[in-house]
Amino acid sequence: MSFAEPLQTAAGGLDVQAVRRQFPVLDQQVNGHPLVYLDNGATAQKPEAVIEAEARCYREYYANIHRGVHALSQRSTAAFEAVRGKVQRLLNAPQEKEIIFTRGTTEGINLVAYSYLRPKLQPGDEILITAMEHHSNIVPWQILCEQTGAKLVVIPISDAGEISLDDVEDRIGPRTRFVGVVHVSNALGTINPVKEIVELAHRQDVPVLVDGAQSVPHMPVDVQDLGCDFFVFSGHKLYGPTGTGVLWGRYELLRAMPPWHGGGDMIRSVTFEKTEFADPPARFEAGTPNIAGVIALGEAVDWFLGLGPSAVAAHEADLLGYATERLRAIPGLRLIGTARERAGLISFVMDDAHPHDIGTILDGYGIAVRAGHHCAQPVMQRYGVPATARASFGVYNTRDEIDRLAEGILKVRELFGG
Amino acid sequence: MQLDDLVENFEFLDDWEERYRLLIDLGRQLPELPAEAQIEENRVEGCTSNVWLIHEVEPGHPPRLVFRADSDAFIVKGLIAIILMAYSGRTPEEIQTTDIKGLFEKLGLEHQLTPNRRNGFFAMVERIREIAAKEAA
Repeated sequence: MSFAEPLQTAAGGLDVQAVRRQFPVLDQQVNGHPLVYLDNGATAQKPEAVIEAEARCYREYYANIHRGVHALSQRSTAAFEAVRGKVQRLLNAPQEKEIIFTRGTTEGINLVAYSYLRPKLQPGDEILITAMEHHSNIVPWQILCEQTGAKLVVIPISDAGEISLDDVEDRIGPRTRFVGVVHVSNALGTINPVKEIVELAHRQDVPVLVDGAQSVPHMPVDVQDLGCDFFVFSGHKLYGPTGTGVLWGRYELLRAMPPWHGGGDMIRSVTFEKTEFADPPARFEAGTPNIAGVIALGEAVDWFLGLGPSAVAAHEADLLGYATERLRAIPGLRLIGTARERAGLISFVMDDAHPHDIGTILDGYGIAVRAGHHCAQPVMQRYGVPATARASFGVYNTRDEIDRLAEGILKVRELFGG
Repeated sequence: MQLDDLVENFEFLDDWEERYRLLIDLGRQLPELPAEAQIEENRVEGCTSNVWLIHEVEPGHPPRLVFRADSDAFIVKGLIAIILMAYSGRTPEEIQTTDIKGLFEKLGLEHQLTPNRRNGFFAMVERIREIAAKEAA
């Protein structure tokens, strides 16, 4: 296989078959059927280039970073640090030193919660989130509220799965200290008007964190255009290794934040009387990080930018439109999340079968979807369902696979007596 | 239906679809737990589907454990029906020595018993074993 194989068609669109060939895991039979992987919202598969980058690090130049004068350490350090620039390009971040490596989105949010927000909170202060957040953008703030006497304020969602900017404006008050908002909902697919939310919050000098776990893999993202103050995402959903993620923050905010974890690699000097902390990003990267993982994340970012985030978005919009059309035609199936602006996934329930039943039968046909509450139980409560089935798309998915999904769902209907 | 009949029925079916059809039927026939028993206290932790489990001790020498359970997913209800055939009305010692893994292998459903904390069904089997261990002690 050649990594240099062109991934664009002559017409400028993505050559999806060429993209697919780069993912070894996709080329297999599951339960006697060719695998249809539609659980990209949970995690994406890895292209050969990413697998190879991680393996190459271990085979050729692996050593601990920032510590050694020896050749391997210098090579590892250079490769690791080069990833900051790649992520800076991905997010159009103003500065490379604003990129902090984490284990994933969850860790990024917790870092901001504990290091940035907690020292500022007084009893009665408010943290604003939406009703469609993932648990990782609810629970850290709830813990802060319990510790400080602050209050969590929730922006409601409509039946279609949208928030209204009027509701946002109404809820940003004199006690609002922070806004945490998901860019694309992992349970509904809704794309939130993040830029407008940031504008409303900034009018009251309230900083905003954007959870980009489900947006970065599916569309161009520009943190300067969004105007937000913090942005987090996970490497493993962007075709990169597990255990990698990124927190981007405005440098002046990061510089004023105390460290969250103490340890090696985050200090300037240590005596038993006093420790001087290093500047960001090192201040927030205590201990030995996921060196080979971050290096391979850099490969994933380059690979993704090579495809072109706009081309990926166009391809997946086509899949989403087609899936919506196919699934809507199935009697007894109800879509959960019908916002005008959606990306990446389609969530649904059926009259005759529980999502667990749907997922089990689809698996029998080699189709991988997620069944469950998607770590967004308040969303399930909002729609009065115990769970949903969710098909979430990646750049390698095809219309043929959507057909397989629709056929599988018809089989579910038949089995459960629809 | 008794366990032996069930195994025989399953062995007769070589197609997974037919096996699931039978499993779904078993689930449909499983008596529902009354709503008052479908409460948090009786819920077994799971993320893709809910399972509720209650039990009674039938006095005797030795005592026997009677289990009743329910789920919101039909396939899980079918699996519960099989588990109840294997475990309910047995003594704690019998429960502890039942080869549930072997049974599920015979039925071609062994993958359903994968240890997975998100899987309410697996957690239910674990809880039945805990109850039996406590009663045996």
